[in-house]
Amino acid sequence: MSLLEIKNLHASINGKEILKGVDLTINKGEVHAIMGPNGNGKSTLASIIAGRDTFDVTQGEIIYEGKNLFDLSVEQRAAEGIFLGFQYPVEIPGVSIANFMKTAINEQRKYKGLDPMPSMEFMKLMEKQKKIVDLDTKLASRSVNEGFSGGEKKKNEIFQMAMLHPTLSILDETDSGLDIDALRVVASGVNALRSPEVSTILITHYQRLLDYIVPDFVHVLFEGKIVRTGPRELALELEEKGYEWLR
Amino acid sequence: MDNFKKAIRPKEEDFADFSCHLTQLKTFRIHQYNGFFFERNDNDVLLDKNIIICSIKSAMKNHKSIYNSAKNLQPLSSDDDGLFIYIPRNTILDTPLQILNVIKTFEPLKIEAKTLIIVGENSHLKLIYCDDTVNDNLSKTESKISVVLEKDSSLEYYKMENINNLSSIFTDSNFVLDTNCELKTFWLSINGGDIKNKLSVALDGQYARADLNGLYMVDRDQVVDNQVSVSHNQPNCHSNQLYKGILDDSAKAQFKGHIYVSQNAPYTEAIQNNRNILLTDKAVVNTQPFLEIYNDDVKCAHGATIGQLDQSAMFYMRSRGISERSAKMLLMFAFCTEILSKASIEELVDTLQDIIKRRLHGELSSCENCVLLCSTPCGTSDVDFI
Ligand SMILES: Nc1ncnc2c1ncn2[C@@H]1O[C@H](COP(=O)(O)OP(=O)(O)OP(=O)(O)O)[C@@H](O)[C@H]1O
Ligand SMILES: [Mg+2]
Repeated sequence: MSLLEIKNLHASINGKEILKGVDLTINKGEVHAIMGPNGNGKSTLASIIAGRDTFDVTQGEIIYEGKNLFDLSVEQRAAEGIFLGFQYPVEIPGVSIANFMKTAINEQRKYKGLDPMPSMEFMKLMEKQKKIVDLDTKLASRSVNEGFSGGEKKKNEIFQMAMLHPTLSILDETDSGLDIDALRVVASGVNALRSPEVSTILITHYQRLLDYIVPDFVHVLFEGKIVRTGPRELALELEEKGYEWLR
Repeated sequence: MDNFKKAIRPKEEDFADFSCHLTQLKTFRIHQYNGFFFERNDNDVLLDKNIIICSIKSAMKNHKSIYNSAKNLQPLSSDDDGLFIYIPRNTILDTPLQILNVIKTFEPLKIEAKTLIIVGENSHLKLIYCDDTVNDNLSKTESKISVVLEKDSSLEYYKMENINNLSSIFTDSNFVLDTNCELKTFWLSINGGDIKNKLSVALDGQYARADLNGLYMVDRDQVVDNQVSVSHNQPNCHSNQLYKGILDDSAKAQFKGHIYVSQNAPYTEAIQNNRNILLTDKAVVNTQPFLEIYNDDVKCAHGATIGQLDQSAMFYMRSRGISERSAKMLLMFAFCTEILSKASIEELVDTLQDIIKRRLHGELSSCENCVLLCSTPCGTSDVDFI
């Protein structure tokens, strides 16, 4: 069954069209990689799925688990299982990661009609998931992303994903800025969370990530459209030839 | 037309029903009712340490030389029913003093409160000063506080203003610091129809340090005005001003920060920051730095911001499932509590955080009792702050 269905999606910002008819279907359990040159709309697509309202959707629809995504607020989408790992995670001074995650989990639970997670259980979950991405214990008690290095911010995204165990994860260049070890850690974090029920969209510039997280499909988003879809070998071909030949 | 009558000394019984709910914190309480000092001789600890707490009238009579040592600071007449506090040299008081100015009026009253505090050489004091209206009637309070810090002494000073929406308060505070003194202030204007704070700090001895923190939270038609002035009169002194405000509805705030560095004050370091969040289009902030520097050997920085809540932070939080309202609350709470980061009385910080939370929930303005009632956990909170 398809989890996410994007049909003929057009979106613009300040009158400039960025997405020019994107079609994409993702089934449960699949991993899709989206590649493409800088500034061609990858992050735009990710943000629109997550619900950012700075873009105007001018045409098309997105169906998620049978629901019209545009009927749901940002936080409702999160509670329905959509997670965006940000290309540029945001710093929030004065809000600790623990408080941030506790609020997020409990508000998602509230949406589902569940009681708040007992504190002990929450603490245990934190401990467990911190290990998955090898997140420094000291970092967890600090303000969200404040003063984190680029790599630490990316690890923190995966940590949050592990805490929230989403149904659809969209990881926007989570591999950028990671050293080889961190890349392995992040990839094994993602792989650990893979299951027939959850799907992942990996936005990346490097085929290297796909050695660690093997995708079912590779798409090329070029000038606001998906111009090519292929197996993982497509990534290798792109690395070799660049994008111009697709024009 | 000004139809406010000058307050006369009220009956103590009228205030019998007032109770401060700063329950988690042990303090030595000193009472002012409608600005008048009421003496209570019930603190052996203070007596043992030769701390003097009396009316200004009696200080003039019984502690003449001590009183006169500070007299340049403020002209006071002998019929004043003001408050006089003297901490002798080498005194360390772990328990904070708390001055409670309780305002209760049955007709529009003009209230005057006067306080003179001397902290002796090498003594260390923590002081909490609260102004609270306990009913919803009109009042106009003028409060004058003069504080003298003798050399090597320190003071951590908390000022809490929670007055009803119809009332105004004007505070005129003067601090004079001698060599190597340290002053930290935490000025919380939590609620009030019209609040005006004038804070002047004179760094009159070398190596004196002043760290001045302020928070104002106003909504509806409330007006808050902070005028902070620091005079660097001697070399090697440091000052830091951090004032933050959240304004809702059509509230107005003004911040005037003055830094004066005298010709005689090389190696000065002076910093000033004013940060504001406007929650509506109708709220107004006017911020004016005023630097007067007559010396080249100075490190000076100032900055002001007026803005909305960070929209990328809002989106980030909501994308994790946090509702818009909770995300706002968390951001505002983080913004506010930064000013408490240097406060050392932990239990008080907890209480102040509770007060800030309740204020963010919009509850305080309807709170008829002492603001410190809010030390009880915030039951209706839908955001669980840690
Ligand atoms: N807030 C904005 N205001 C104006 N233009 C924007 C805004 N956000 C994105 N754009 C523009 O939209 C286009 C697509 O940007 P997007 O971030 O989606 O690219 P991308 O494919 O993710 O690129 P990269 O690989 O560099 O991350 C770019 O031309 C960008 O400048
Ligand atoms: Mg991008």
